[in-house]
Amino acid sequence: MNRYLASHVAGLPPSGIRKFFDLVATMKDVVSLGVGEPDFVTPWAVRESGIFSLEQGQTMYTSNAGLLELREELSHYLSNSLGLSYEPENEILITTGASEAVDLVMRAVLEPGDVVLVPDPSYVSYAPCAILAGASVRYVPTHAKEDFRLRVEDLSQVYTPNVKLLVLSYPNNPTGAIMRREDLIPIADFVTKHDLLVLADDIYSDLTYDGKHVSFASLPGMHDRTLFVSGFSKSYAMTGWRIGYVAGHADLISGLTKIHQYTMLCAPIMGQIAALEALRSATEAKNDMVTAYDRRRRLMVHGFREMGLDCFEPLGAFYVFPDITKTNLSSEAFAEELLKEEKVAVVPGTAFGPSGEGYIRCSYAYSIEQLQEALKRITNFVARRLSK
Amino acid sequence: MLNEQDHKLLKLIAEDCRLTPKELSIQTGLTSEYIKQRMLDWEKEKVIVSYQPMINWARTGEEKVSALIEVRVLPQRGYGFDKIAKRLQKFTEIKALFLMSGGYDLSLLIEGKTMQDVALFVAEKLAPLEHIQSTATHFVLRRYKQDGVELMGEEETIQRLVVSP
Repeated sequence: MNRYLASHVAGLPPSGIRKFFDLVATMKDVVSLGVGEPDFVTPWAVRESGIFSLEQGQTMYTSNAGLLELREELSHYLSNSLGLSYEPENEILITTGASEAVDLVMRAVLEPGDVVLVPDPSYVSYAPCAILAGASVRYVPTHAKEDFRLRVEDLSQVYTPNVKLLVLSYPNNPTGAIMRREDLIPIADFVTKHDLLVLADDIYSDLTYDGKHVSFASLPGMHDRTLFVSGFSKSYAMTGWRIGYVAGHADLISGLTKIHQYTMLCAPIMGQIAALEALRSATEAKNDMVTAYDRRRRLMVHGFREMGLDCFEPLGAFYVFPDITKTNLSSEAFAEELLKEEKVAVVPGTAFGPSGEGYIRCSYAYSIEQLQEALKRITNFVARRLSK
Repeated sequence: MLNEQDHKLLKLIAEDCRLTPKELSIQTGLTSEYIKQRMLDWEKEKVIVSYQPMINWARTGEEKVSALIEVRVLPQRGYGFDKIAKRLQKFTEIKALFLMSGGYDLSLLIEGKTMQDVALFVAEKLAPLEHIQSTATHFVLRRYKQDGVELMGEEETIQRLVVSP
């Protein structure tokens, strides 16, 4: 039946993650460091508000844009935590996870012939969403020696006049890299010079370990050029609730809302109510989770360095991205052999783009005990490879 | 007032006092020497009072009875409730002692092997003390949560995908 599939769908390569997932699924007693979601359960006060909303019979549609109360609370939160200013009435759209927001941005602004610049490595969805929107993608390589930050020099190398959109995803999945204000300013100049729009995926903005996150949209002149995407999944351990949002200039949000209203209608109401409660009462729970991630982050970086591998210090998200080239294995071979020999699941860096070759992504959204066990097994594996 | 890094260190020790200074060093980024010194300082200052595991005795099968006792006390001129409280805290049967606002003055947590033990302690040791006006004994029937730790019920089993983006 493949003949019925549209050519741009048939031609879309399957996610590198999916391939690895299928392999892991065949094995037992695997210690996994492969998960891109928190190990914490949503804070109880938030869960309780979702349960209460169901008891109260709140099972209807909301407005397309989402509950106004939630957008108002978000507007306060974005202002207080990131210095961003968005009108709740027409500059914020609640989506079914940040993933929907990414898709909406791509579909609302791109058309055939447009080019999207995507940092490499980065989250797996940007390129497929751009391609499904009819555009093409150019990867902007980032490097460990530059702390995996996006550099204007690298942007300039791949820039062509039909570039319309730049994706910024910091703190970054899979590298854990962050961009500081001084790193973002030249990017803002580049964006202005070439009249680009920016999709800033700030989903990990609350998970930083050396100072507060600086949002690209907060830079002078960048408010109107940025579509700010985020959500509740990572900060509040709410992946399954599927609540994200996108904020930006009212004209752009109006365009995104058109697609959203025809395809999704609205995000689930119980999730929106729970998200509202998260903003109001779960700050301490969120901070406790960040503290726990920080402990694990340090443990992981120390563990990989003790093995004799180079490991860039990630300052955001919940991933470490060690360099495995000393083992003379490709990323895929490392991940597959580690899985077979030591039953530890990690994700090959190449699943996130060609510049991920030579690296593996290890999530530290696991208990200290699980991480210690995984490190012990990886240490054995690496020691065998380094002695060869 | 603690600075941020000391606050985090102390919270970590409170969470798991088995962690060695080396492990604490790896997980906080502070040096082992600094951590050892801070722990010594805190022990001297009685900030760290003791290193104790929390035992759920109900799971051991060993018989143990606890009771919360509400005590009304006649405060003493110049001492308030402190003098009687200092005397009460010497009893090994009293595991916790608080001055309360509201309908009574002191709240005591008493432990014994049997209900009889506790009742006798209250009747023979506690109630006859000078300045104590009345006591009300409430036996603990079941502990659901203590010091922030849930003791009852099934643990939440998280079923995440093994690999996800």
